[in-house]
Parts: sequence; structure tokens; C-alpha cells
Amino acid sequence: MININISDSATKLNSLNRRMFILATAKIIILGGIVSRLFFLQVKENKKYLTLSDKNRIREWKLPPIRGEFQDYFGNTIAGNFEAYQLHIIPEEVEDFRYVIYRVKELLELSDKQFKKIVKKKNEIKPWETLIVADNLSWEKFSKINNHLYDLNGVKPVISISRDYPYKENFTHVLGYVSQANENDLLTNENIKEKFVPGLKVGKTGLEKSFEQKLIGSNSVERYEVNAYGRRISQLAFQKGDKGETIKLTIDTKIQELTNELLKEKAGSICVMDIYTGAIIAMHSSPSFDPNSFVFGISQDEWQLIRNNPMKPLVNKSLSGNYSPGSTIKPIVALSALENEIIKPDFTVQCKGHKNPLELYGQTYHCWKKEGHGFVNLREAMKQSCDTYFYEVARRLGVDRLSVTAKKFGLGQKVFKDIFDNEKKGLVPNTEWKKNALGRNWVLGETIITGIGQGFIQTTPIQLCLMTAQIANGGYKIYPKIVANDDNQYADKFTPLYKKSRNIKIVQDAMFSSTNEVRGTSYRSRLDDPKYKFAGKTGTSQVKKITERDRELDLKTFQIPYEERDHALFVAFGPYKNPRYALSIIIEHGGSGGTVAAPLAKELFKMIVDRHEIRKNYDNKKYLDI
Amino acid sequence: MYQYTRFNNKNGFFQKFGNLDYILLSCLLILGFVSLATMYSTDGGEVLFHTRSHFIKFIVFFSMMLVISFINIKFWFSLGYLSYAVILGMLIWTINFGITASGSKRWIDLYFLNIQPSELMKIFIILCLAKYFHRMKAQHVNSFYSLCFSLIIIFVPMSLVIIQPDLGTSLLIAISGIVVLWFAGLNHKYFFYSCLLSIISLPIIISFLKPYQKLRVLTFLNPDRDPLGAGYQIIQSKIAVGSGGFTGKGFLKGTQSYLEFLPEKHTDFIFTLFSEEFGFIGSVLLLLIYSIIIYRVIRIGALSRSYFAKLFCYSFGTSIFIYVVINMSMVLGLLPIVGSPLPIMSYGGSSMLATMIGFGIVMSAKTHSQQSIA
Repeated sequence: MININISDSATKLNSLNRRMFILATAKIIILGGIVSRLFFLQVKENKKYLTLSDKNRIREWKLPPIRGEFQDYFGNTIAGNFEAYQLHIIPEEVEDFRYVIYRVKELLELSDKQFKKIVKKKNEIKPWETLIVADNLSWEKFSKINNHLYDLNGVKPVISISRDYPYKENFTHVLGYVSQANENDLLTNENIKEKFVPGLKVGKTGLEKSFEQKLIGSNSVERYEVNAYGRRISQLAFQKGDKGETIKLTIDTKIQELTNELLKEKAGSICVMDIYTGAIIAMHSSPSFDPNSFVFGISQDEWQLIRNNPMKPLVNKSLSGNYSPGSTIKPIVALSALENEIIKPDFTVQCKGHKNPLELYGQTYHCWKKEGHGFVNLREAMKQSCDTYFYEVARRLGVDRLSVTAKKFGLGQKVFKDIFDNEKKGLVPNTEWKKNALGRNWVLGETIITGIGQGFIQTTPIQLCLMTAQIANGGYKIYPKIVANDDNQYADKFTPLYKKSRNIKIVQDAMFSSTNEVRGTSYRSRLDDPKYKFAGKTGTSQVKKITERDRELDLKTFQIPYEERDHALFVAFGPYKNPRYALSIIIEHGGSGGTVAAPLAKELFKMIVDRHEIRKNYDNKKYLDI
Repeated sequence: MYQYTRFNNKNGFFQKFGNLDYILLSCLLILGFVSLATMYSTDGGEVLFHTRSHFIKFIVFFSMMLVISFINIKFWFSLGYLSYAVILGMLIWTINFGITASGSKRWIDLYFLNIQPSELMKIFIILCLAKYFHRMKAQHVNSFYSLCFSLIIIFVPMSLVIIQPDLGTSLLIAISGIVVLWFAGLNHKYFFYSCLLSIISLPIIISFLKPYQKLRVLTFLNPDRDPLGAGYQIIQSKIAVGSGGFTGKGFLKGTQSYLEFLPEKHTDFIFTLFSEEFGFIGSVLLLLIYSIIIYRVIRIGALSRSYFAKLFCYSFGTSIFIYVVINMSMVLGLLPIVGSPLPIMSYGGSSMLATMIGFGIVMSAKTHSQQSIA
């Protein structure tokens, strides 16, 4: 028994030891496998996994770039940046969001409406995104929040850089405004897409939009070590971004402010231009609005107020207002007739007044003056703005020849090329245009009313200003500019636009008489001091065809409903002795150009001429600061 | 022979003390220290709950192991079936009254501690089967009766654990049992055929798996198919190990774990953290410590007189080896993710308790190496 037992256990032990040996060998092989796997991961592929690990733990945060500024000609900031006190919450980092948000509501005295808006916004964003609870707090409220921070876990008071327009409504239409970038901005502008951070403000209209690329600057980048949940653990690096470029404009803030003042309560536009450099000295469209209210998003009420205003504050009338030029076209009609040798300056027409109007194919064409002007030559006709005279001139000239001259002087095409996306071209009609656009033949009656700037012809205030400037500078081509260092070298800059310079002189002289001689349409707005003396041409453009009945009633402006009143226009240049500036004024539904628009020119020229000295001295660096 | 045994019985406490395997003990202590240091790192360089708890458990269970080593191996032999039955009872208890945590019932509440009977089963199944085969004659080992009986011993606890559900542990229990069968001298052909069978039936088994388990298998085959979901653990684990490099990122400097990219870093993925901080050198040294431990365990078995002790030591040593290999392969992306702790290193009381009981019995075999069992 024992023997069997022993031999039995011996076989069992034998088998056990043999199998142990087999397994031991297997174990060594497996261990080798594990070690080689470790070697593969940790030594051979180390670089790859090290990069992956860094990618895991390092995350970059882009900060909003600091936007470039706008300066006026004298270096005053007209669109700058200010420190806005904001309140941010990252919902994920707040333990009890409800409690915190109610506490914030209490502290900031938020209305229920504002509060609901915040809660709605919170539900729209991802929990790790920043929720901007308040974007522009007063210092009092900001410090109040700071004092209660112990109670507001997760709330971050932030000082952020935001757009500021110190001159409020003065530059609105030139500069445009900035507001939160929306989807459309991201789609159309790669640069914005690349630099986008929540809360980024981008230009929506005007120069703010046109110069977005230069203004936007580059993001500062913060590099943080984060954990698996994206929580920042420590800051590793800070890379400072560049501020956007500062853009200097040619505008003189003082004059710009005056234009705003002059156009108060009126709908209209004033443009002032240097007749040699083409620099825009002032360009204002009225009514305007405060662009600051758009920076943090405008309230619905305020927006409706602006949008529904019948005077259309959102339209930049200087560039996108298409108006019949009225009598302000007469210098061009006269010039065209002289250039084409249709008439001589002593060409005379008899204006017989309303009783004997010009009649053509059954249509009658009246002069504005009931009694008529009698026998008038070119100078006299321009001075008194005799319509009958220009009917006759236009009839002889023909619309095609007129349109050539008008286009030469800048009508019917964009003045600023592509700087402003809302600029309109206007319209200078000719026979071919009508045939193509309307499919009908041009009729003579249309030529006749084009001669006094009515009918199809449409111009923008800035075009009229350019036209006047090019007459004033002796008939040379200029390119208007609004950015100071924009020294565009156009080949045809300063090329003569005339055939005989004498013709330009005749027109200038006629415009001079209109302002400075008795019976001139803007005689009452003249400035007698030779230093300020200017020459101009009034214009009154009809919005509505004048019927026989209207003519008999002969209503005063204030008796006509607002929408049916005439637009008042005035173009001028000065000082007459040595012209330097041209301007155009338009007042929508203002009445007659001579009584409403011309007096503004008087105010303007006083300041423009005075400011010229300062401007010249600033150029020569005599004054370092103004 | 009887006298010899009696002589051995007379061996005093101090002699037993002298008979302890000090190399094994010191290796276990080193491993304990390493695991404490790693645990300290998982707590972010502070002595927090895990470190403290792990420390207490290690001290208590290590002392317990020392106590066990002084108990005669015969006592453990006699306890073989009983302990198995008790753990089986606990498993049944778990199914009815267990504590549910993260979707599975694994723990039972023993008032002073929560215990995971499935972990204990990994050791006691070896004890039970070792006793069963100790008595068996060589020619009976491959008999139908013994084969069926031993398979029942394996399958009952295994299925009880599967329904918890805890696939990882049940597989480890089965492997522990199969290892004993192998050493007991079961015919090679059974292993060969069952291997073949399981490979053939693999697709069928997969179709019976729970969705999350299927996902794990799919993820193992291609971790990039869902890098933020199912593949997240294994990708992050590989990144951690790989970024450790040759010398590691340094103690307490493992960014992957410190920044919480690593899941389960206290338990199953503790080796990842260790490997990230101590690099290739550290990992190989850790493997070396494990190898020494396993070698010593098997050596004790080889030097034991009784078949029971030999069988237990060999099987236990091999099981420890398999646990280590499975855990590391899983962490290194060589195997699908199954819940399997790294012995002693991983946080977890039951696993530590079971492992220490195992080492205690091995040590008892050493101190009573000349003891034969009837």
C-alpha cells in the first residue's frame, strides 16, 4: 500500500515538475513580450505619445484682439477703445448656478426681462463656454460685485477692451459702427473667422467694415495646462497680440461737428472737400445716431425708433442718397454747352414768365420765376438760375453731349470706388441708356428737364461736391480720399477735364455772381470779407411734378406736406480769390436751396477758411498738438 | 515517517521564524512600498483617502499573512473544502443581498468592511482543487468522474460571478482553476480541444456578451473607432505609458494622471500611472520584483514535501503571474479591457486580502516544508 502510494505520488510529482517547467518557459516568453511592448511604447514611440500627452494637457485660449483706432486729421481719436467692466460666468465652474445667478440679479438690480435673456443665453451655450452676464457695468456695480465675490463662486469680473466713439453721432456714417460678430461675418470674412472669440466686435458698416482687415489686430493667446475636464490648472505662457492699425482720416472734427450742428433736426447731408488733394474735410448725413449703443447690442425699442424714423437715420445720405441735382447741374450744362461751342457766353434767351412758358409738342416748361427773367445771357441766367435759359441751352446741346461732360466731372459713378459698400452710383442718362434700360426712345422733353437737373438724372451729394471741386480747381481731375495717408497715384490725376480753360473761368464767374451779386439766388448768404468770399449755385429739386393747380396756389413750403416738399441743394467753393474747398449741401424736403441750404454754406465757409490756416500749419508741423 | 513528522511538529516558534522566506517577504514589502508611493501620486501628492486606506490594508493584511505562515499547512489542507463552500455561500449571498455599485452586485456588507467574495474565490478555488487532487491517484486524474467534479468546482463560482456581472473576475477564477487542473496532470488533449472549441465558439460567445462588453472587444480591435467614448481609456492609457519614455516623467509629475485623463487610476490602471512616472526602467524593475516573487513562490513549492503544498504554490505563483500579465497587457493595449487588478499594487481590500492569504499559505508551506500531509 505504502509502496503503491509512493510510486503513485512519484508519478504525480514527476508530471507536476515537468509541467511546471513547461509553464516556466512560457512565462519567460510572455514576460519578454510585455517588456518588448513596454519598450515599443516608451522608447520607440515615445515622441508620438509625448506629443499626444502635451496636446491633451495644453490648451490655448484666444483673447479678443484690440481694435485699431480712427483718428481725425489732427490726431484726435474719433473711434477708440475703453475699458468695459464685464461679468462673466462659466456655467460648468459654478456649483449652484441658480443661486449665483439670482444673487447676481439682486446685486445688479436686473429687470426680469434682462434676467430671462441671460438664462436663455445660458441654455444656448455649452457649459464650458463663457456666459457674459453683463457687458458694460458701471464702476459702482462692478465694485459691488467685487465686494460680494466671496459669495459668488465662479463669477468672474473682467475688464475688457471695447469700442468707444467719443464724438457719438458726429462720425456715425463715415465710420459706421461695430457690434458682435454674427454668422454672416464669419462666413464672408476669413480673417474674422480666424480671430473669432465669443464677444468679438466687428465693423458692420462704414469704414469700420471696409478696413476690418487692418483694424482687427491679432489675438493675444494664453496657454494653459488643463485637466481632463478642460479646467485650467496653470498658465504656461502668454503671447501678446498686436493692436490693429490706427487709421488717420482727412476729416476735421471741428468742421464735422459744425455740419452736425447745422443739420440738427433736418434730414440731409453736407460734404466738404479739398479741391486739390480731394481730401474729405467733413462728410455728414443727418439725422445720425449714437454708434455706441450698437457696441453692446442695441435694445429693441431703441432699434425700432431708429429704424422707423421717417428721416431715415440709417441711410448715409452723402453716399447713398440719390437726388435730382436740380439747378446745381446748371454749371455743368453751361460748361458742356460752352465746350461743345453750342453757345457763346453772350447767348441770350428771353424768359417770359408763367404766362408764356416754353412750349414743345404740347408740353409746357415753366421757369421758377412767375414774372420771368426777361432777356438773360449765360452769366445772368446762372446768377438768377433762369430755367427757361437752360431749357433752351439743353435743347440745343442734347442729352448725349451733356452726359459726357457730366460723367467727366464725376457724376454717375462711385466717388470712393469700393471703400464704402453702401455708396450709390447715381444716374446720368443719355439716349442709349434709356433705350437699353427702359426700351423706349429718348424724347426731347426729357433733354429739356435734364437741363435743369430734373427727370432721370440722379446724383449723390458727394458727387455734387466732387463736381464743384473740379470746377473750382480750374477743371482738373481729382480723386477724393478720406484716409489721410492714402496717396493713391492715379495716372490721370490732375489731367484737365476741359477743352478751353476759359470756359471753366466763365462758369466759375457765373457761380460767383450767383452768390455775390444783387439778384443772385444765394446773394443773402454771401460773405463780404474777401478772405471768406465764396461762389455757389443753389438748387431746388422737385420731388413731385408741379401741377397747374399747385402753380396757382403758390404754397409756402411749410404749407406742403413734408414728403412733397422740395429738396434744397447748394454747391459752393471758396475762398473765391484762391479757391481751396468745395462743398455740397442737401436738405431733404427743406424747400428752396437759396433760403434753406445756402445759409449753411455761409456758416461753414467762415469756419473752413479759418481752419485752413491751422490745417496748413499742422501739415508744416508748426504746431505739435492742436 | 510518523516520528519525523512529530519531530517537525515540535519545531518551535523561532525555528519557524527562521524558516520564513525573507527574500519573498522583502520583495512583498518593496512592492507594498512602491504601491503606497504610487497611491500617494494618484492622490495628487497628498496623503488622502486612498493612500491612507491602502496603507492600513497593506499593514493589516501583511501582518495577517505572517500569522498565517505560522499556522500549519495541514490546517489549510483540512480547510480546503470548507473555505470553498463558505466563499460559495458568500457568492450566493452577494447575488441576493449584495451591494450594487456601478451596475453590478459585487460586494457584501460584513458590517465592519465590505468584501468582494469573487476576489477571495480566486485563491480558495486553488486551495480546494489542490486538496481534491492531492488525494487522487495518478491514474484517476484523467477519469471522467474527476474531470466532471473539478469542472463543476470551477463552473459554479464562475457562473455566480458572471451574473453579478463581472466578466473579468470570473475569467480569472476560471484561469486559476484551470491552472490547477494543468498542474494536476490533466491530459494535454483536453486543454488543446477546449482551446480549439473556445476559439471556434468565440463569435457565438461574443453574441451573448452584454453591449458594453461587445464594445470593449470592438474597441480593443480598434481603439480609434470611438476615441472619446469606449476607446478613451485605452488611448489615454497608452498615451500615458508612451509619454513616460525611458526614464519617466518623475515621481508626482505624471501629467496624464495628475490632470485626470486616466480613468480608474487607483485600481486597474495603476500600472499606467507608475509607468508614466517611472518610465521603461521603472516598469522593468517592477516586473523584476514580480518575477522574483513568483520565482520564490514556485521555489517554495519545489522545496515542499507535500504534493498539496507543491500544487498550491505552483498554481498560486502561476495565477499571480497571469493576473500581472493580464493587467499589464490590458493597460498596454494588448488585451481588451477586463476588470483585473494588479496584485498588491491596485487599490482594493478584497484583492489584497485574497493575495495575502495566498502568500500566507505559501509561506506556511515554507515554514512547514518538511510537513507531509496524509
